[in-house]
Amino acid sequence: MRIAVIGGGIVGSLIARELTRYESAVLLFEKEADIGWGVTKANSAIVHGGLHETPGTERARLCVEGNRLYEELSRDLDVPFKRVGAYVVALSHKELPLLQELYEQGLRNGVPGLEMHDRGTILTREPNLNPNAVAGLWSPSVGITEPWSLAIAAVENGMENGLALHVAEEVTSIEVADGRVQGIVTGEGEYELDAVVNAAGLFADRVAEMAGLLEPVLLPCRGEYLLLDKKVGNFISSALFPTPNKLSKGILVVPTIDGGILLGPTAQDLNREEKEANETTRHGVQEAIEGARRLVPQLDLSFVVKTFAGLRPETTDKKFVIGRTSIIGFFQAAGIRSPGLTAAPSIARFLVRDVIVGDLNLTGKRSFTSTHHKIRKILDLPVEERDRLIEADSRYGRIICQCNHVTEGEIVRAIHRGARNLDGVKFRTCAGFGRCQGGSCTDKILLILARELEISPDEVTLRGGDSTILGGKVRT
Amino acid sequence: MREKVVDVLVVGGGAAGMAAAASAGAQTLLLECDAEVGGVLNQCIHTGFGLHRYREELTGPEFGHRLLGELERSRAEVISGCTVIDIEHHGPVVHAVGPEGRLRIRPKALVWATGAGERPFGSLMTPGPRPAGIFTAGLAQRFVNIHGFLPGKRALILGSGDIGLIMARRLHLEGMEVAAVVEVQPFPGGLTRNVVQCLEDYNIPLLLCHGITEVHGRDRLTGVTIAQVDKSRLPIAGSERHFAVDTLILSIGLIPENELILPFTPIDPVNRGPRVNSLMQTEVPWLFAAGNNVVIFDLVDTVAAVGEMAGASAALYARGELPQERLTRLVRGENVLHLVPSSLVAESPTVLYLRVSRPINAAMVHVGDVISRKQSVVRPSEMIEIHIPQDALRELVKKDEVHVKVTEG
Repeated sequence: MRIAVIGGGIVGSLIARELTRYESAVLLFEKEADIGWGVTKANSAIVHGGLHETPGTERARLCVEGNRLYEELSRDLDVPFKRVGAYVVALSHKELPLLQELYEQGLRNGVPGLEMHDRGTILTREPNLNPNAVAGLWSPSVGITEPWSLAIAAVENGMENGLALHVAEEVTSIEVADGRVQGIVTGEGEYELDAVVNAAGLFADRVAEMAGLLEPVLLPCRGEYLLLDKKVGNFISSALFPTPNKLSKGILVVPTIDGGILLGPTAQDLNREEKEANETTRHGVQEAIEGARRLVPQLDLSFVVKTFAGLRPETTDKKFVIGRTSIIGFFQAAGIRSPGLTAAPSIARFLVRDVIVGDLNLTGKRSFTSTHHKIRKILDLPVEERDRLIEADSRYGRIICQCNHVTEGEIVRAIHRGARNLDGVKFRTCAGFGRCQGGSCTDKILLILARELEISPDEVTLRGGDSTILGGKVRT
Repeated sequence: MREKVVDVLVVGGGAAGMAAAASAGAQTLLLECDAEVGGVLNQCIHTGFGLHRYREELTGPEFGHRLLGELERSRAEVISGCTVIDIEHHGPVVHAVGPEGRLRIRPKALVWATGAGERPFGSLMTPGPRPAGIFTAGLAQRFVNIHGFLPGKRALILGSGDIGLIMARRLHLEGMEVAAVVEVQPFPGGLTRNVVQCLEDYNIPLLLCHGITEVHGRDRLTGVTIAQVDKSRLPIAGSERHFAVDTLILSIGLIPENELILPFTPIDPVNRGPRVNSLMQTEVPWLFAAGNNVVIFDLVDTVAAVGEMAGASAALYARGELPQERLTRLVRGENVLHLVPSSLVAESPTVLYLRVSRPINAAMVHVGDVISRKQSVVRPSEMIEIHIPQDALRELVKKDEVHVKVTEG
């Protein structure tokens, strides 16, 4: 069996990895220069508990189950995951009935550990919370992670189990004959296939169209964020949510894995054509700030190191589109809007184990290795291990990114594992992700990339395509 | 892992650190995270350095070379390529990592001389996508002057700090087109001589009271929209102008680098550096500080001078010879933004470094009721140095606190 997964986001990556558990040839196609650069890169990085979901829906089931799977998955793939817990905060007595409703909804969804906390408790645990808060719904299973790290680790683990990765290779058509998938054509060539899994994120509707399907229709919704550096200190300890309205979970204040804080997202519906409109706007950033300040009025914006926007794929009925289609061998995991990051592990497991394995009659592989070691931050290693690494290769002692203490050794290893540009290195190692945002290390990383890839420094890009950094040599 | 016990450890091998280590002398270790000492001097190939310290006009590398000579003569040990990653302040014990492995140092005194980092683009919260082609000025300067590569073809420069002005000239001389220098304040951020020599001499326009409202371009920058700003720095509708540029250079400020000492060192929130007395001793007795991590100075000559003071004081402290004097607090009064030191020590040579928050044409600088000095022009871009004579110092230290202010003269 030859199976292609289209889309190297969190969903496609986990599906591809899941497929390598079975006897088959699995190919993963990603149009961008690296894994996880679409919806996966720019979201709240929250593993939700599941209390926001309507009981009885597929989304609620996959969300609660996905949250549970994170524990083992993050351990297996060596990806950071912290159950920081979350408060949904009522800022007035008017919001209390809604909070109570949410509590009961969470219970029906099987969300573990939910508790209603009074004003005194929440303000003791979150002293920077708005003093007008009247109550908080505590959801201890809510976690934070690094979505792009999980996608990269899933692909690398998949590759250890035989996955063939094709990055910077866009699928241009899908061949269907007699109601059955025959293969695909990309910018690089043609592939004969038995099955195709459409996990193309925002672009899954275009991929479905290539197979002749009119569903789903995906509409981008833009969410803008601000990132505060870890210098902000222990300002909050859990994720803070407002009491939600019907449309979205609202603007959140969320701790990040490396100790910073994320504010956002806004929710702006865009046209179907605007799937690359991930620019920030004056209005959006302002809205995110105002929303966050309702929860934490003392927020100090001098810690902001970055603003960014992400697009999430919305379907008209807000449902995930997961499963087989009218075309034999064409499967979909599309319309994966919030809580898609949370649900991704259970989506992959459900689609592969409960649908694809049966339809394609796949048999399990004896040799599957489920654990993977990602590129560790050398300073997180026990000192003895660090000493051994530096002794074996002195580049592990040469710190390039002074903010996050990333060494040349880690950068070189990231390049050898597939990073092809500055963003590739940044998302794989955190070099350039700190308070100076690359101001003091970009030149060093660029020169390492040029050296390792054997290209000229002025050919190095920010993120592939025409995003070259330099304009040519100075006069000699 | 290697262990070292030293009298004085200097962290940072830029101008402040080199001068500190040179004046602290033997039994001193200097750690530099880069492959070579010199810090930002290495990339500043223009002239204008050393007029005070060496009474000559030198380039950055020449100035660094002089300091290196002083450092070598002092017999202080230098380890480069070695980054401090943690400081245990009970002890103190300093942990560093380099290509030779881990290094643990137990110093009697420490001079913190890590300089400053450039404020990143992201902190501006500018609307638009995030294309390639946006550089902080120092990064662009390293690409051009050290690595020999241009950042692009046509540039707009945001911020008229000295680095921005110098980069405008540098890029122009290297054949890039510099469309304009944009400054949000109503006055230039850098030294007047740099405005004249870097912009006016080459007809590069300086647009005051303007800010960036949007960047454009998906892969590589294709343009920047700027607008005039009002008094609260908000863009004025209708005043937008578009520049088709592939490069945006940012000279929007430096941020003192104090990450590792922040957890245990009292910081002056305006200077954004540790509170120091006139001996450059912080409020943690064994910790001394010098250079742009204390406050952003204008001149490397000044940085070297405070480095020397910090190094000499640290060496005295290590030998148990630093006097434990009662301190006189210096308090910011009218029109004083940056102020170093935070307190005075009796009988030590004392220089006050201060920066005003608004320009005045005929000003009077007051230190308590003891010193009143006429100053023809004061502006935020030019730091004021007040050398305090010993007899004045004796009067000043009789008080618990002394107010410093700059008034209309």
